[in-house]
Amino acid sequence: MFKITEKVALNPTVTKMVIEAPLIAKKAKPGQFIIVRPFEDSERIPLTVAGYDREAGTVDIIFQIVGGTTMELNSLKVGECVHDFVGPLGRATETEGLKKVCVVGGGVGCAIALPIARELHEQGCVVHSVVGFRSKDLLILEDEFKACSDELRIMTDDGSYGTKGVVTAALDELVEAGNQYDLVITIGPLIMMKFVVKTCQKHGLKSIVSMNPIMIDGTGMCGGCRLTVGGETKFACVDGPDFDGDLVDFDEAMARGTMYRPFEAHAREAACNLLNQEVK
Amino acid sequence: MAFNMDPKKCPMPTQDPMVRNKNFEEVALGYTAEMAVNEAKRCIGCKNKPCQSGCPVGIDIPEFIAHVAEGDFEAAYQVINRSSSLPAVCGRVCPQESQCEGKCTRGIKNEPVGIGRLERFVADWHRENVHTAPVVPASNGHKVAIIGAGPAGLTAAGDLAKMGYKVTVYEALHVAGGVLMYGIPEFRLPKAIVQQEIDGLKKMGVDFECNMVIGKVLTIDELMEEYGYEAVFVGSGAGLPRFMGIPGESLKGVYSANEFLTRSNLMKAYLPTSKTPIRTGNKVAVVGGGNVAMDAARSALRLGADTVYIVYRRGMAELPARKEEVEHAEEEGIIFKTLCNPVEIHSNEEGFVKSITCVEMELGEPDASGRRRPIEKKGSEFELEVDTVIMSLGTSPNPLIRSTTPGLETNKHGCIVTEGDEGKTSREGVYAGGDAVTGAATVIKAMGAGKAAAKAMDEYIRSK
Repeated sequence: MFKITEKVALNPTVTKMVIEAPLIAKKAKPGQFIIVRPFEDSERIPLTVAGYDREAGTVDIIFQIVGGTTMELNSLKVGECVHDFVGPLGRATETEGLKKVCVVGGGVGCAIALPIARELHEQGCVVHSVVGFRSKDLLILEDEFKACSDELRIMTDDGSYGTKGVVTAALDELVEAGNQYDLVITIGPLIMMKFVVKTCQKHGLKSIVSMNPIMIDGTGMCGGCRLTVGGETKFACVDGPDFDGDLVDFDEAMARGTMYRPFEAHAREAACNLLNQEVK
Repeated sequence: MAFNMDPKKCPMPTQDPMVRNKNFEEVALGYTAEMAVNEAKRCIGCKNKPCQSGCPVGIDIPEFIAHVAEGDFEAAYQVINRSSSLPAVCGRVCPQESQCEGKCTRGIKNEPVGIGRLERFVADWHRENVHTAPVVPASNGHKVAIIGAGPAGLTAAGDLAKMGYKVTVYEALHVAGGVLMYGIPEFRLPKAIVQQEIDGLKKMGVDFECNMVIGKVLTIDELMEEYGYEAVFVGSGAGLPRFMGIPGESLKGVYSANEFLTRSNLMKAYLPTSKTPIRTGNKVAVVGGGNVAMDAARSALRLGADTVYIVYRRGMAELPARKEEVEHAEEEGIIFKTLCNPVEIHSNEEGFVKSITCVEMELGEPDASGRRRPIEKKGSEFELEVDTVIMSLGTSPNPLIRSTTPGLETNKHGCIVTEGDEGKTSREGVYAGGDAVTGAATVIKAMGAGKAAAKAMDEYIRSK
């Protein structure tokens, strides 16, 4: 059992939790993930490490409340425990030796991009961050990004904050203004990452993407998280979750992500009903 | 005492095939005491005990069977218990026809003695009738760690605990049991039996640490240097599923058998209350011919599929699955498409599996494995309409331990290299056994390896 020591709603649909997990906190690195089960009968879901405090022995997770399991997780309060918390899994993002990097995050993906930007910044790398949200209400982690970025561009779909437009427009602009990057690291919805990779290719830039497919065990056993990367089958849990953006088959990954959509809708509704009853 | 000269084994009572293929309750119901005594009397008590030499853990089979014939079931249990820590499991899942029963003298002319069925009877009888608290062995003051709570790890843990070691078992999943929990379905091995074996170890003082992925959260070096374990046993299994590499394998509706069975067994997706989804479809093709393929096919049927095919590239005689599983699968209505191999999987407009193109095969000369090599028949392609495909092609050892343990030698297949039969690895104090060493094999072989390693670890620690 893993105690929740802090819980903050970053926006109406995104929650940050700080979880007591000293062994994982000691080892976790940016880019790695955790398998979480809120309750004994819950599904196992992967959540990327959003931060850690090695001394306090805590790991941060930031999640969007999108389905049954994340609703269950969000129903837990400070002082209560998540049933299972396994990690740190996957390979850490390789940040060594990089001099100038653009980090591109979208939506809740920014939560995963932040520790990577932070680590790069601490290594003395020049960090340009581009973060995108649908609207101002959904904006998260602005101050945190400011603190570790040499330049920060905020984009919103509706123009309610920052600049109106998509993240690739900001990336284009930064490159066209003469910025040369060793690497572009992008984390967010698949469709966004696909277009960030295309933009990078246009400018001859290398890119790394962080994949978050359906998983069960997270240790290489089920093969549910398989992706086609450079024509080969790779498991996101043990070979990733970071992959060379140029090589990932995004269309296939997007299709696989919809496999349980009808079930998920049903599970979400069931969780809603159950949690509402408890509130009453 | 008169021998029972019946040429056939006493049949195993089972659930009716057309009833059981719709539920997850155990298929085989077990012998009654009368049946067991009767079957035990078929054993002629060979002096040279060929059956014992066929048992990977060396159970004194004629001795335990003689006790069954006398009706002294507890004495029989004590004989088995000297050599095997999981008899209720092995009686159910061992491939007896290629082990003990394959060497039975009665089997030369007639059916062999039903050794597996008797083992199961004895273990079940003991579980239901004897409730003595297990003896907690006196501590010898030494600590050992076991990585992986599957058959190899549980056996090593049990044997070391009996010798007085303080044993901690680290398990990556949220429950202990390994393949006995996530792989083998409830209808073949009830999970309550596995849980009881694990609880027995706990009562003996064995600690279980679940949710611990060794190699990630702690390394073997840390276990030995910082946690003070004097020896470590690696029984991390062969969990990584293989795929064929044919077009369409990443379509929606294509599973590895590991994923399909993990959803069903570990995450209980077969229960309506489970929060983990499973998409079984109506027409299912399971590719492969081993026990795991049979488990996946029979689970699919129970989960509501109308038609389930086993697609296997060799013939019925070459199926690597236990004979009883093949028979049970046939009785339940699984359709065997043998000498048949998939070459491509096709999708409908929504990206879900619609059909597979298969090619017919014929058997050529024996290959390196000694089995006749399947060869494609040119121009024999045909279409099989299915909406789910389950790939059951075997597994490879998990890379997490080898990639994080410097100096641990592995071979080109990723299997840990061991010296002799005792599981000694290239790292001092580190032992290994089970599928992590052999690649995918059987529960009993893993148990045999765990047993041998426990003995070697004890010798190593005592000689330090």
